[in-house]
Amino acid sequence: MLDIRNLTAEIDGKQILRGIDLEIRPGEVHAIMGPNGSGKSTLSYVLAGREGYEVTGGSAEFDGKDLLAMEPEERAALGLFLAFQYPVELPGVGNANFLRTALNAQRRVRGELELDAMQFLKLARARMKDLSMPEDMLKRGVNVGFSGGEKKRNEVLQMALLQPKLAILDETDSGLDIDALRIVADGVNALRGPGFSALVITHYQRLLNYIVPDRVHVLVKGRIVRSGGPELAEELEASGYAGDLAA
Amino acid sequence: MPAVTETIDTVQSVTESQYKWGFSTDIEMDMAPKGLNEDIVRFISAKKNEPQWLLDWRLRAFAAWQAMEEPRWAMVSFPPIDYQDAYYYAAPKQKVAPKSLDEVDPELLRTYEKLGIPLKEQAVLAGVEGAGESPAIAVDAVFDSVSVATTFKDRLEKEGIIFCPISEAVQNHPELVQRYLGTVVPQSDNYFAALNSAVFTDGSFVYIPKGVRCPMELSTYFRINAKSTGQFERTLIIADERSQVSYLEGCTAPMRDENQLHAAVVELVALEDATIKYSTVQNWYPGDAEGRGGIYNFVTKRAACRGARSKVSWTQVETGSAITWKYPSCILQGEDSVGEFYSVAITNNRQQADTGTKMIHLGARTKSTIVSKGISAGRGQNTYRGLVRIGPKASGARNFTQCDSLLIGDQCGAHTVPYIENRNMTAKVEHEATTSRIAEDQLFYCRQRGLTQEEAVGLIVNGFCREVLKELPMEFAVEAQKLLQISLEGSVG
Repeated sequence: MLDIRNLTAEIDGKQILRGIDLEIRPGEVHAIMGPNGSGKSTLSYVLAGREGYEVTGGSAEFDGKDLLAMEPEERAALGLFLAFQYPVELPGVGNANFLRTALNAQRRVRGELELDAMQFLKLARARMKDLSMPEDMLKRGVNVGFSGGEKKRNEVLQMALLQPKLAILDETDSGLDIDALRIVADGVNALRGPGFSALVITHYQRLLNYIVPDRVHVLVKGRIVRSGGPELAEELEASGYAGDLAA
Repeated sequence: MPAVTETIDTVQSVTESQYKWGFSTDIEMDMAPKGLNEDIVRFISAKKNEPQWLLDWRLRAFAAWQAMEEPRWAMVSFPPIDYQDAYYYAAPKQKVAPKSLDEVDPELLRTYEKLGIPLKEQAVLAGVEGAGESPAIAVDAVFDSVSVATTFKDRLEKEGIIFCPISEAVQNHPELVQRYLGTVVPQSDNYFAALNSAVFTDGSFVYIPKGVRCPMELSTYFRINAKSTGQFERTLIIADERSQVSYLEGCTAPMRDENQLHAAVVELVALEDATIKYSTVQNWYPGDAEGRGGIYNFVTKRAACRGARSKVSWTQVETGSAITWKYPSCILQGEDSVGEFYSVAITNNRQQADTGTKMIHLGARTKSTIVSKGISAGRGQNTYRGLVRIGPKASGARNFTQCDSLLIGDQCGAHTVPYIENRNMTAKVEHEATTSRIAEDQLFYCRQRGLTQEEAVGLIVNGFCREVLKELPMEFAVEAQKLLQISLEGSVG
């Protein structure tokens, strides 16, 4: 599914990723934990193809294709989804219109039929019900005036509609209360299956109580310094990153 | 950033191909000799078989124009215009005036078909919910200097509505024309209005009788085709007491290396309790990426809300023209009359737009709303210029103005020049303005969801313009949205 080898990247000439190796197989959920400034968000932006994040070495393959050579929208159409740490507001753009445009753009690239407004609404309403989201969120501007929790839920709704093969959740748990956290986790768990993988980036162990990962990696100063099973997350919760930082 | 160079390259590569209305029609024309003098004014008047009063009216305008100077206060720059180096009359040759659509030159009909303008009297909207009469649009097609076809005239006549070329109205309804022509925009109002008054050739005339709600959208479609010609159309719309009308205009021109002048005058008169909604999608040829060619669009549009509780609403989407100089205005004379101005203006490449409105509050409790959305891309320059004037008798008058500018790239400019003059202490005037950029994180967010760069820009721009676009009649709104996207294609690297 995702195969990252010795990936290095910099922003404004400053090296952030110093050689990442990571393999996620279909159906697996991996978690990346690490202190602030370790390169967690950089990794997610590099994988999604954000401008200004320069890859200086290594490779990343997605479904056997060279991910790093593709435009962001091509990566999206291939099934890569990034749930943003800070979802962006698009004033005047209706949420329903945005979601349908995105879904149809991806369907078009994949050679699938586009959904008309009615088909889309039906689908969207069903997914929203699963996520206990009020229907008026479709009518509002994209993320405009949403609370922090609503923005994160909106990310999960987009994920549920776009049905990616790989979802990267960039600190989706930050600023969420326990109920919102549960909804986000339910959204991810509902997609779990042999065709869905996830990379959950988080600072805290809390989210991993609800989305139980297959593997946990510790990212420090742009490198994965430790990997293990779910128990590693609990260990980190107890001891913190001090040992890893000193190493 | 290399993105900037890339932007410029992309803009250059797409510009020429993006103007889809740039073809010209090969048709035999009847032209006046080049240049402008009293004889040309007489020539035009004679061609139109006009009564003496109108010739005299034109000659007064011409005399006024000669004594005036081209205005230079707008934030636009262009080389001097040689007014003698253009044709002021150009009409497709026709043996006899066509009495019905069947008699119109097929070459002309094909031209309009290619432009997507319905010149057939049939329902133009299919698949609308519910049975009953399908909505239709009546079209007056103005080709260079003359109107070549007007549809649905008979059906409108049944309601007492007059919708015809103004030259025809001069012949058939001289009393109405004489009573209202030049009463909103006087001959000597400004340089371009005076020029228009001297040499105007055609345009639409609309009269809605008392108490009649016009059953369909009326529209005029302007096409400049001939080389080295200017278009000087004149539109006059009169909505009598308690009547209602929605009128649309669209315009295109071939791609030519020269600049062509379009100096129109539009006058609207709304009597007591009448409502006029006037929508424009302006898509004149904007010139190429280097700023070669394109239409100089110097237009005077003004409405007089003469009656109590009358209402005029201007909605414009300005995407074309090399230069746009245009201020659709409302004179709010009647008590409780209402003026509205909703505008989207886009400048890309080397386009320049200086546009806005004037709301002149004379009557008590008059109300006006101004919503202006300016979008600048490439090396475009976009200026909002507006005047809100409250007269001493306009007690309780209210105005709300909102001016938003959106910048795409770092070589364009947005300017806002609002004037407020208040002579009545009970009036309330509000002005809000914002300037923003399409942010990199907005584009990336959209692209991460699968939208291409162009789709993302289109979506964000349409969101920015939503308040204005929703004022357009539905069939126009869709066209306008597409046009916005086309106008901005390649504007982000």
